[in-house]
Amino acid sequence: MAKKVRIPTPLRKLTNNEELIEVNAATIGDVIVELQTRYPGIKDRLLDENGSIRRFVNVYVNEEDIRFLQNQQTAIKDGDEISIIPAIAGG
Amino acid sequence: MRALKCRECGREYPLAATHVCEFDFGPLEVVYDYDRIKKSLSRSAILSRSQNMWRYRELLPVANEPTVGTQVGFTPLVKADRLAKALGIREAWVKNDTVNYPTLSFKDRVVSVALSRARELGFTTVACASTGNLANSVAANAAAAGLKAYVFIPADLEQGKIVNSLIYGAQVIGIKGHYDEVNRLCAEIAGKYGWAFVNVNMRPYYAEGSKSMGFEIMEQLGWRIPTHTVVCMASGSLLTKIHKSYQEMIKLGLVPDSEYQIHGAQATGCSPISTAQKAGLDFFKPVKPNTIAKSLAIGTPADGFYALKVMKETGGSAEDVSDDEVREGIKLLAETEGIFAETAGGVTVGVAKKLIASGKIPAKDSVVLCITGNGLKTLDAVNGHAGRPREIKPSLREFESILNQNEAAPAA
Repeated sequence: MAKKVRIPTPLRKLTNNEELIEVNAATIGDVIVELQTRYPGIKDRLLDENGSIRRFVNVYVNEEDIRFLQNQQTAIKDGDEISIIPAIAGG
Repeated sequence: MRALKCRECGREYPLAATHVCEFDFGPLEVVYDYDRIKKSLSRSAILSRSQNMWRYRELLPVANEPTVGTQVGFTPLVKADRLAKALGIREAWVKNDTVNYPTLSFKDRVVSVALSRARELGFTTVACASTGNLANSVAANAAAAGLKAYVFIPADLEQGKIVNSLIYGAQVIGIKGHYDEVNRLCAEIAGKYGWAFVNVNMRPYYAEGSKSMGFEIMEQLGWRIPTHTVVCMASGSLLTKIHKSYQEMIKLGLVPDSEYQIHGAQATGCSPISTAQKAGLDFFKPVKPNTIAKSLAIGTPADGFYALKVMKETGGSAEDVSDDEVREGIKLLAETEGIFAETAGGVTVGVAKKLIASGKIPAKDSVVLCITGNGLKTLDAVNGHAGRPREIKPSLREFESILNQNEAAPAA
């Protein structure tokens, strides 16, 4: 089973409308590097000038927010699903 | 309205159903042509219109006349003398959205805007991620407008809030998880299906509806900005929009430019914003919510950064209260003013009490409490804490024996 990244609507222009992308990277940080190699420009959308994940971007590994894990150092394994999701207003 | 604009980088977008900047994921906000609005929106124009939130329609983001929720808003602003005395402050007012029409919470304000705009954009199915009140309002207003509704809620919500969505015939989906997980799923669903998700792709329009609460407060106070406003915070959106409403009325010359502070209220069991404010930070750390104030249980508040900024800019404070203090706040408001608020209202009252006691809201000042939802929806939270009726046989003797006990030991 591969590791998959679910791409949110605002980024699909960069991924030729691909919604689900298989990756080989071992951590979230490496996933971003890998995506950048394959889809140039995506890194700047996700990271700010200090290399931190932008404050309105939420990243999840199998439903868990990486801020509750090890942020960009969070390890991922085969079968994991990574979601990149914009923050949403309240309800 | 003129365009949508990213709050982070300022890039502009057309007025479509879209909510985040493609470049930095910053939230999009509606921008208006204030010079033009100034020509038609005067105090006398407002006063000549019906008493509902649409009397400020130039400042609400619909292109034409609203078609959903045309009767929403203009709830009472109650001068709360007995509450003021109990809180130890010179003057207090309660903006009473427990009686907002039709679903008894401030959410009818945002939903009437979101659904009116959704119709303008041609949608026939509407949806939301909700902690309860928004689901109720989307379900009811969609039913009245003949729109199909899907509402997504945490499965463990209060019974009252679940029934209050089902009764209107909406598709109610209970997610096994907390609100932040409902939100994450809804972001994915919204990306896949072409629905108007009121707090996802319709968010720029939706959020603006909250400003009407602030507009009404100023008008009802006699065209002025309150010195202190206490607002409960879930995502932090309402607080930022109250601030925006004050700024817009100043900009349009409808109220004098005066100094004011906006204070934020959270439950201790879900207090990412108040914790950050008290620590002097301008960013927050997400939390996993655990509180009876379920309508405020958002651990990753989308507008948390902006709420912190508003409090900083206006010199406001934040505070949070325990579940017991939430219940005490609900009881205090009920016993002093005859207003039964849901748990979020208990949070607002409890926090106002703390801020007055600590002097952050000076006792010589006047405060407005924004009470956002009705207590009948969260009976579970207070059931067993409000006492029980005493049962007797239909006998005068039995009644008088109770009466004598009461007189011997009068209740406080």
